[in-house]
Amino acid sequence: MELSGHLLSVLIFFPGFGAAALLLLRGDDHLWIRRLTFVVSVVEFVFSLFLLRAVPISAPGYSLVEFGHWISAPPINYHLGVDGISMFLVILTTFLTPICVLASWHGVHHRIKEFHFTLLLLEVGVVGVFLSLDLFLFFLFWEIMLIPMAFLIGIWGHERRLYAAMKFVLYTMAGSILMLVGIIWLYNATGSFDLPVIQQMLHDGVVTLSTRTEMLLFLAFFLAFAIKVPLFPLHTWLPDAHVEAPTAGSVILAGVLLKMGTYGMIRFCLPLFPEASHRAAPYVAVLAIIGIIYGALVAMVQPNLKKLVAYSSVSHLGFVVLGIFAFQNISMQGAVFQMLAHGVSTGALFLLVGMLYERRHTFEIAEYGGLSTPMPRLAAFFLFVVLSSMGLPMLNGFVGEYLILLGTYHVHWKWAAWAATGVILSACYLLWSYQRVFFGEVTHQKNRELPDLDTREKWILATVAVVTLWMGIGSPFFTRRFAVPCQTVLQQMNRSFAREAALPASVPSVAPDSSGRVLASTSMATSSERSGTR
Amino acid sequence: MTPPGAQDILRVLPELAWCGAGVLLMLLQPFVKNRQALTFISMLGASAGTLVTFKAAFGEGFGGLVQFDIFSLFFHWLIGLVAFLVILASDSYLERENLDAAEFYALILFATAGMGVLASAQELLTAFIGLEMSSISSYILAGYRRDSIKSSESAVKYFLLGSFATAFFLYGIALVYGATGSTNLRILATADPSSNLVRLGLSLILVGLGFKVAAAPFQVWTPDVYEGAPTPVTALFSAGPKAATFALLLRIFATIHAATDFWFWAFWILAALTMFAGNLGALVQSNIKRLLAYSSIAHAGYILVAMAAITTAKNSDSGLDPGTAYAAVLFYLLTYSLVSVGAFTIVSDLGGQGERYVNTDDFAGLGTRQPFAAAALSVFLLSLLGLPITAGFFGKLYIFTAAIKSKLIWLAILMAVNSIIGAYYYLRVIIVMYMHEYKGNVPADAPTSLSPTTAMVVIVTVLATIYLGLAPNHVLGIVLDPNLILSAR
Repeated sequence: MELSGHLLSVLIFFPGFGAAALLLLRGDDHLWIRRLTFVVSVVEFVFSLFLLRAVPISAPGYSLVEFGHWISAPPINYHLGVDGISMFLVILTTFLTPICVLASWHGVHHRIKEFHFTLLLLEVGVVGVFLSLDLFLFFLFWEIMLIPMAFLIGIWGHERRLYAAMKFVLYTMAGSILMLVGIIWLYNATGSFDLPVIQQMLHDGVVTLSTRTEMLLFLAFFLAFAIKVPLFPLHTWLPDAHVEAPTAGSVILAGVLLKMGTYGMIRFCLPLFPEASHRAAPYVAVLAIIGIIYGALVAMVQPNLKKLVAYSSVSHLGFVVLGIFAFQNISMQGAVFQMLAHGVSTGALFLLVGMLYERRHTFEIAEYGGLSTPMPRLAAFFLFVVLSSMGLPMLNGFVGEYLILLGTYHVHWKWAAWAATGVILSACYLLWSYQRVFFGEVTHQKNRELPDLDTREKWILATVAVVTLWMGIGSPFFTRRFAVPCQTVLQQMNRSFAREAALPASVPSVAPDSSGRVLASTSMATSSERSGTR
Repeated sequence: MTPPGAQDILRVLPELAWCGAGVLLMLLQPFVKNRQALTFISMLGASAGTLVTFKAAFGEGFGGLVQFDIFSLFFHWLIGLVAFLVILASDSYLERENLDAAEFYALILFATAGMGVLASAQELLTAFIGLEMSSISSYILAGYRRDSIKSSESAVKYFLLGSFATAFFLYGIALVYGATGSTNLRILATADPSSNLVRLGLSLILVGLGFKVAAAPFQVWTPDVYEGAPTPVTALFSAGPKAATFALLLRIFATIHAATDFWFWAFWILAALTMFAGNLGALVQSNIKRLLAYSSIAHAGYILVAMAAITTAKNSDSGLDPGTAYAAVLFYLLTYSLVSVGAFTIVSDLGGQGERYVNTDDFAGLGTRQPFAAAALSVFLLSLLGLPITAGFFGKLYIFTAAIKSKLIWLAILMAVNSIIGAYYYLRVIIVMYMHEYKGNVPADAPTSLSPTTAMVVIVTVLATIYLGLAPNHVLGIVLDPNLILSAR
């Protein structure tokens, strides 16, 4: 197939062409603008499904690699590639975009053309981030995607949208500028921006970073990613951005943008700076656990439904970070799975909250109550999504959390024990808020006449629900495909770490111990089969 | 000294062309009343000066007073391009403000010639002549809107402070001459590096030139002058003289051995101060011209970071290659000049008659009222901010690379911090344009679309900004030419 040679380029730039085509339409032709965007995003989704066939399941390394010289000095290349992890994140992105178009069908009233233009540009940036194998290219897409997102929040958001948009941009930019300095530093040390090349150099010992340099570089990258995730003390932009963003913005933000941070950790922090990652792991894990519990506790006392979902993201993403920094194959698979599951189920939560907002124009839980009487279908879907988000077995949230806790337990049972409280807390805040919104008497007269789901909304939610269920039951379909990439990341880490550890002095006492265990556990039976049994 | 021959004339051909065009315009003024014809002639003059560089052979002229090499060629092209764009952008401005065209254009061309001299000066007194030629024309241009108090204030302020700075420069030359017996940079290059008199002289020269590039703590004049001057003139100020003065700074401080050993910290501190002065000042500005003026100070600071990198790399025992830092300065000057000319051009058109609508609040809702202007201004602001796929990003990337290569990690981090501060005020303008509604009714006399000539300038600069952001290979090839690196030879 001719297309397959450039499938990744097509995936990145097709929405861009769609956006350009939108410009040709008349600004007041709202229906066709929406239709065109929807078609473009669905076609993009179909394209992304080709990845499932094109990416081999058991071979390590990147597939569908595209390589071209772009800038001669410094040598910046157009280097794309995909593996099992990035493949699913791309599919998640392309899956959520048409959903967002549908969800905004009635919710967005002004500057329709600009809205859809921005949405498609955002897709370009996000897909580009996941497919770039050149540090520079990665940074480029990472920055480009900021502006459309800020516009989504700032133009189509709610009351304090300008504040939220500015906060979002400044936070992210603060991290990414430091990452740029780190990237250039790395380039200065290795003479390349190419991720596989740099990895190989560090691995072969062609270039060695001093312990201090490695830690500084790790921090430069990690900070940018931790802001994006967001990890506990850096999370304060998130509730503002989520509450003020329009539904589509929230869905993309929670569904995909946060994953760019955790993806960056897996793709860059761990393989490039293994020793620093090991040394930082205890601190990162503590922050992640604080995030899990703190996020859940704050979510519990939120009077604002959307903020509640936002804080639940802080909690869920804490699991992902914990899973990554446990350096276990199982927990990392769990982390990747949790990234996908969170994207679908939190995306769905934001869709549902958005639907409530379209009917009542408020996010306050106190304004609702007893909604299951006027809106039984919406209530049913909401319950389904809530259950998946809190990790009910058979639904998608369970698999990720379980694998993360299982993997973490192997090495640090205390971490797992603390994190497990987050599972309980999530059941508390989700069910409690569900109860306050949907059960009981209808306390506000206005709520009595609220219309139930219309056909469009039913289709959106049914699609999401099917995916949620399938991810819960058919999880091996997913884990099978990212077992090898996770293994590769850990091997890259351990090999270079083992080399470092072979040097006696200056290595902290905990390190050889943990590395030994990591090696032991990664050689266990491939965990894809294990996860398939549940 | 031998009398000047044909070879010597060839070395200063561009300056002759620019001056000649200026004189021609003055002569034509009584006879030609058609403004557009004058614009056309002066644009021809500006491009003639640029194009004759093809004829101008490389080498020394006038017994070592000027040096026409690939380095000055680059700057002649840059300056000529800026002059060309500014003249084109001035056409509608002069019509709107009802100002005389011929003198205006003649002054721009004279200033350009002065900048050309600066860029190819091989000798300090020649540089002084170039500095004076460009400065005196600039003083008059700043006060060209005679009936505006702000414009007059701008001219007086610029003149007084500028003369003061020139005096520093001259005094510095005198001291250097006293110490070494020469003002020729070639001879100075071999001067005793540890002589206090040379150091003092050079520091006075640095003060004088620091004033011209608006480096803190000599930057105080910039916002007032930039605000009061007619906006096309501001565009010129922010691009042309700055580039030419940086050319001279490079020529002096990259060739003089005494300087490179000693001046690293001076540039380090200048760079840090300038970045913070510019960015912190810009945070509180509500007038877009003042905001861009402060931003221009900040960008001078970024270029000074690369200058600091050059002084480190030129240090004989560092073993570093100054090539990246050179390329960084040149590329940054090019991109900044284009972006700045474009941004000020838009502002000059949006300002309306008498430049009344130059507050950021006046731009509210511009995204819907004037989509093209708003989009173009956003591109410029994003480039100033340093966002990928704009020219400004590569400029900044190069400076970061140069700084890190020269192991100026802390300066690089300070620059990163400044970039974030900068993000705030650039984005604020974009937010105002796209996310605010205009309070009350839009005044009837507010401009509704860009005039054709301004639109041309804007299109050219926007395309150049994006081109340099997407495919900078060609230009990078030029600025990375090892022949560009000045050495004591």
